[in-house]
Amino acid sequence: MLPSAIAAMAEQMAVTGNASSLHTAGRAARRVVEESRERLARAIGARPSEVVFTSGGTESDNLAIKGALAARREQDPGRHRLVVSAMEHHAVLDCVDHLVAHEGAKVTWVEPDPAGFISPRAVRAAIEEDPDSVALVSVMWANNEVGTIQPVREIADVAHEFGIPVHSDAVQALAHAPLDFAASDLDLMTITAHKAGGPLGVGALVVKRAMPVTPQTHGGGQERQIRSGTLDAPAIRGFAVAVEEAVDGREDESERVLRLRDRLITSALDLGYGITVSGHWEAGDGIRRLSGNAHLLVPGCEGDSLLYLLDAAGVECSTGSACQAGVPQPSHVLLAMGVAEQDARGALRLTLGHTSTEADVDAFLAALPAAVERARRASGIG
Amino acid sequence: MRVVAAMSGGVDSAVAAARMLDAGHEVVGVHLALSQSAATLRESARGCCTIEDAGDARRVADMLGIPFYVWDMASRFKRDVMEDFVAEYSAGRTPNPCLRCNEKIKFAALLDKAVALGFDAVATGHYAQVVERPDGSRELHRALDPAKDQSYVLGVLTAEQLARSFFPLGDTTKPEIRAEARERGFYVASKPDSHDICFIADGDTRGWLTQRLGEQPGDIVDAVSGDVVGAHSGAYAYTVGQRRGLGLPRHAQDGQPRYVVDVDAASNTVVVGTADLLGVNALTGDHARWCGPAPEGVVAVGAQVRAHGDEVPATAWAEGDHVQVRLESRLRGVAPGQSVVLYGGTRVVGSASISSARLER
Repeated sequence: MLPSAIAAMAEQMAVTGNASSLHTAGRAARRVVEESRERLARAIGARPSEVVFTSGGTESDNLAIKGALAARREQDPGRHRLVVSAMEHHAVLDCVDHLVAHEGAKVTWVEPDPAGFISPRAVRAAIEEDPDSVALVSVMWANNEVGTIQPVREIADVAHEFGIPVHSDAVQALAHAPLDFAASDLDLMTITAHKAGGPLGVGALVVKRAMPVTPQTHGGGQERQIRSGTLDAPAIRGFAVAVEEAVDGREDESERVLRLRDRLITSALDLGYGITVSGHWEAGDGIRRLSGNAHLLVPGCEGDSLLYLLDAAGVECSTGSACQAGVPQPSHVLLAMGVAEQDARGALRLTLGHTSTEADVDAFLAALPAAVERARRASGIG
Repeated sequence: MRVVAAMSGGVDSAVAAARMLDAGHEVVGVHLALSQSAATLRESARGCCTIEDAGDARRVADMLGIPFYVWDMASRFKRDVMEDFVAEYSAGRTPNPCLRCNEKIKFAALLDKAVALGFDAVATGHYAQVVERPDGSRELHRALDPAKDQSYVLGVLTAEQLARSFFPLGDTTKPEIRAEARERGFYVASKPDSHDICFIADGDTRGWLTQRLGEQPGDIVDAVSGDVVGAHSGAYAYTVGQRRGLGLPRHAQDGQPRYVVDVDAASNTVVVGTADLLGVNALTGDHARWCGPAPEGVVAVGAQVRAHGDEVPATAWAEGDHVQVRLESRLRGVAPGQSVVLYGGTRVVGSASISSARLER
């Protein structure tokens, strides 16, 4: 967490006050919330009134998809189909699965290409199967596993030709890609504070003013009647401070991290273990792939063996795949991109950020050969 | 040493991991995922592979400050333990899946993977003792606590496997382990012991087998007269020595209860007789495994044929891959497929899978 965000939050936590109350303390809290809303909105190219605070990315995704589907069906019961990319985060995938299983919704999954992009043409084809049945299109801004940045503006243009609203989960893009809600022409956008150095447990759904969203939690009517619940003024303040700072420093930081990423990937590919990089990657390209994302496939290895061996060598990384009851599963993102299941098991995701250094990259590259050789010996047992 | 602590989520393996850490080893916790479809929290927490158990194991690892991983061995477990279990019952034998799991999973797949990753050994929460001899070789001995002793289900381990195994609980009684877990602040301290077979959550082995093998109606036959005295829906569901579940009234003439004395899988027949027909004093075992060198000639041993059974004095001799065991007193209800574990004092000498149990004069 950014020190400035911690300081702002701590200061606010010492001050009581419910932003919905009318007394002095309440007014003071409301002022902090509204100022934070304005600062946050400015940082992401949105209007303050478009920012709906939530508890984080998962709630925002659920509110966007369930709320938009319900509102669109209310206007037209035939709008029951969701057009969703197959490489979404589970907060979107599982929400859609639930709506299909229990709420009579239909879904058309849009598969990414082998480079990890959702093409506007594929979205168009999915819509054209039956344009009048589509309630919402949802495509994430940047993929959390392979780091590809999607052409959200072009996708929004396609959907809008048919009068269909578009949601994008921009959790991974916030602070790491140039994010501009107005310029993207999205109707709904999910963000969360901790991905920008802010606190855990707070996020927002950015909702274009004309976009109808049926509330999914009912109560005091806070947040434009869309999301009830007492506002967490300290967290919201920390959120705004963090996003503002992250967005301000993003370009300088991006350049530095991009060089680290490219050196890491180039050197790993050169090690001679048949390692490949997943998703689109071009040295120097931070526009179509997150500058801090390196995702490697190491043939003949189990990702969790590599994870253990690298962790023991002091390198923290992730397999980038979800767990089912703690059991690593091959990533649905890689499978959707056409990676074979066996290859997908050898996935290794390295995330570089503002604390990453050249020495970190050196340490990883030094530890990798021994880890790969050991992991290969262990693979296939069990 | 670098040690993998196998952590089931129970109290025993939690304390075992803690003790390895206290002893100065570098410890990594590993929970084995053995279930094909992990149960949800709403389902029964019995067995050893529910989400709740994995969570309990992780919580203890976090308290100990050690890394924790879940290794998926479900397909290997299904093949080597569950399918073996079905095949054995189907062939009229009575297997011990815990023993098979130790042989094929915990001290094979788990140990092999650990060694491949650079670990030196595996530690588990089994109650048994490893004694190191002056020459560096290792012996497996019964646990101090006779009520919890699990050397029987470890009887399949070879000297090579033992050399890489730690059982840190063998010198302590179960109540003391629970007390130690409480002192260490493990909330699993009062977690109930696991019982029965982990993959048969409701304990209904017959029902579980019927789901997999289907109903196979056949006759229940009297051992002496050869008369058909009843019907069953699958001979595989019966075990030698079994009395309950036969659906037979007391015998009209002698008033004695009837027991299963033989299960003939080939003819799908269950043979019943009186208790005196159950006594055996001679066993032949296949797949003999010796913990150390095979004994030379006839040796005096103690023989145990089930996990919680008594040891009886016997003599044994090796015949290639087989072992012959002559019991000094009769044992009742010994079924083919059970393992016989041979002891020399408290030391495990070896084990074998019983292929024949009979009465010799």
